[in-house]
Amino acid sequence: MGIVANPHKTTGVLGWIDDRFPLTKMWKDHVSEYYAPKNFNFWYYFGSLALLVLVNQLLTGIFLTMHYKPSADLAFGSVEYIMRDVPWGDLIRYLHSTGASAFFIVVYLHMYRGLLYGSYRKPRELIWVFGCLIYLALMAEGFFGYVLPWGQMSYWGAQVIISLFGAIPVVGEDLVIWIQGDFVPSDATLNRIFALHVIAIPFVLVGLVVAHLLALHEVGSNNPDGVEIKKDKDENGVPKDGIPFHPYYTVKDLFGVSVFLAIFLTIVFFLPEVGGLFLEKPNFQEANPAVTPEHIAPVWYFTPFYAMLRAVPDKLFGVITMFGAVLILFVLPWLDRSPVKSIRYKGPIFKIALALFTVSFVVLGWLGLQAPTEGKTLAAQVFTVIYFLFFLLMPIYSKMDKTKPEPARVTS
Amino acid sequence: MSSNGVDVGKRRFLTLTGVAAGGVGAAAAAWPFLASLAPSERAKALGAPVTVDISKLQEGQLLITTWRGSPVWIVRRSTEMLNNLKAVDSHLRDPESQEEQQPLYAQNEFRSVNPEILVMIGRCTHLGCSPSYRPDYPAEDLGADWKGGFFCPCHGSKFDLAGRVYKGVPAPLNMPVPPHRYEGDTTIVVGEDPEVA
Amino acid sequence: MNRLIIALSMLLTASAVSAAGGGHVLYPFEPDVKNTASVQRGAKFFMNYCSGCHSMEYLRFNRLAQDHAIPDDLLSKLMFTTDKPGEHIISAMPQERAAAWFGQAPPDLTLTARLRGADWVYSFLKSFYLDDSKATGTNNLQLPGASMPHVLGGLQGYQLLGEEEHHDDAGGHHGPVEPPFETVVEGALSAKEYDGMVADLVNFMSYAAEPGKAKMHDRGFWALLYVIFILIPLTYAIKREFWKDVH
Repeated sequence: MGIVANPHKTTGVLGWIDDRFPLTKMWKDHVSEYYAPKNFNFWYYFGSLALLVLVNQLLTGIFLTMHYKPSADLAFGSVEYIMRDVPWGDLIRYLHSTGASAFFIVVYLHMYRGLLYGSYRKPRELIWVFGCLIYLALMAEGFFGYVLPWGQMSYWGAQVIISLFGAIPVVGEDLVIWIQGDFVPSDATLNRIFALHVIAIPFVLVGLVVAHLLALHEVGSNNPDGVEIKKDKDENGVPKDGIPFHPYYTVKDLFGVSVFLAIFLTIVFFLPEVGGLFLEKPNFQEANPAVTPEHIAPVWYFTPFYAMLRAVPDKLFGVITMFGAVLILFVLPWLDRSPVKSIRYKGPIFKIALALFTVSFVVLGWLGLQAPTEGKTLAAQVFTVIYFLFFLLMPIYSKMDKTKPEPARVTS
Repeated sequence: MSSNGVDVGKRRFLTLTGVAAGGVGAAAAAWPFLASLAPSERAKALGAPVTVDISKLQEGQLLITTWRGSPVWIVRRSTEMLNNLKAVDSHLRDPESQEEQQPLYAQNEFRSVNPEILVMIGRCTHLGCSPSYRPDYPAEDLGADWKGGFFCPCHGSKFDLAGRVYKGVPAPLNMPVPPHRYEGDTTIVVGEDPEVA
Repeated sequence: MNRLIIALSMLLTASAVSAAGGGHVLYPFEPDVKNTASVQRGAKFFMNYCSGCHSMEYLRFNRLAQDHAIPDDLLSKLMFTTDKPGEHIISAMPQERAAAWFGQAPPDLTLTARLRGADWVYSFLKSFYLDDSKATGTNNLQLPGASMPHVLGGLQGYQLLGEEEHHDDAGGHHGPVEPPFETVVEGALSAKEYDGMVADLVNFMSYAAEPGKAKMHDRGFWALLYVIFILIPLTYAIKREFWKDVH
């Protein structure tokens, strides 16, 4: 029984492997002969940065797991143990806690890039859907991770978020108790959240990232002009506006990584709390089921949705609004009816709509951090409506908008 | 896209410099992770020196204490026991204690600071079991050469009453003597070397 | 659009109000954990005046000695409840009985400077005033209803709360105003000496809340040096070189 020689004509050890495993094929398909548009701009750094942060979270997470104790009695002390007694433990923990926020920053910017250049449009709907699933998984992961230190914010955050399920009619209350495994968040809750945080969700997350990238490499990357580079190929079948990902985008992304590291490490080493935004002050006190902190707010990356939850005066409808705000992202590819993809060729209506949406999201994020007042609740209501109208009216305004014609080739 | 006018030398130089600098950075980044696995301050605090009072230790009696999680044996040896040490020399692997299994101040025929008092970490040098104290002799199960000592039940290694290993058993080395010092006549601090006078 | 403007203006007023109102601290204070002499004095004060009731269950004596160059003989004078330098600072007071005496157990103080802020602790220690309605005889302006008695009263002396506080509610946008305290019983220390002592104490507590901070800063300096002066220029040069093909 012979073996069919691999078509890459590789020899030696690599040849032996290629005869049995598509190593060179994968390298070519996804890296050295994956042709990406040559006109990527600043916004295109955040995909690779998200991958970098994912690796950081996995690596630091594994090492934190070696020292952390998932028990209501020991968790808080074990975090301080990591901070004080484990050699370099404070650095590893701050890399992880800052990494969590950094993950959301780069993912929000990455998603915003998609909004700007219509990267969710046909044929990239599935890339977008996988991306939204990644975002969902990330939110679960972020929430679970925040519970683990078992400080006051961890505890009361868990209490509030799990109670949201109590809004579900009929089964709600029983569901909450089942989720907690107890009548209040407790040792059992912490233990299961630990399992989800360190095993289940990371597993799903990595799988989704692979699916996201496979889908991307199947249809090819979008670009700031929103034109399909695959429509115009040279005699070798290579897109005329495409350049191999390696070395051109690997070296470019490495530069992006360096700049990112400068900012990221500044925060890690010098201001890991970011004034209570990345690490909230009440979490420096061990969980106390008898006393709620005066003002509880989720970590910054959840606050836009938290503001929406508080804006709605009805419990069930508030929860629906909050989850709806995330879920509506999934159908975005089918809401945009514009003949062009990129903001560069879209008309004034879309630009205004996107600007309003951006302002709403940012302001809602700020509102979610504040203690509620009447004025702020009204503001949150207004911006929640704008947030939803951006999506719900899109089929109409994107169609009636006055667009400019797309160029045939990418501009540079 | 054109490859005209590419300075191959410059490109190679930059790439190699980049790989080297990145390698240094990666190694530096790996260090905290590897270093985090070393004993923590808590482990060190728990492994702090222990003070043992031996005033009530009878001749021939074994006292077990713990230092850094390992059993530490303290035996008050009788004159007979000390005399027997010489008798088994020819059956031992390292009768002169040449291997560094004891601090310099315990590198003598009794492997101790005070000849009577043996201080030793109770771990077999084969695979780490804790041997049993067998001062009795002759002992049917331990052979004709046996003059009292320690016997490891895991794989049958034999040590004399100074922790010196017999020939023909799996353990390669004499049992280790921990750093220790005397505070007065009847108090031993295990884990600290004597202060240099 | 009108609604948006209304909402925005409301939002701005709301934030201005919240900035002026509650949760602020009475005296500004910036801790200096690298001032070893101050942290050493603070540790001594803590052991003498605070550790009777309050623990620092996450701080080891030997860590303190190591970070702040405290020699063994001095350290042993600080260790009231243990003779093992690897031990944590644990109060000798039984927690259940303390809870009965004070209404609540004295909280552990390891992380208080991070939890409340150093300026808050500084203000708290300066803001006890006489109040007959309280069981302890004193109240605290920074933490109204505090169940802790004014332990440092002998040093600071005792003060009364004046009236001014109440009628600047309306237009109070002028930044921090000194609370209207008047000293009625002189303490063993002058006001300036007392402030210095509280500063030492808070520096120590800030150190205790995050003992690795100084080291993090040192290490961060080298990491950033590498990233900014080696990694960024190099990756930029490489990127530029390769992208000559594309442009």
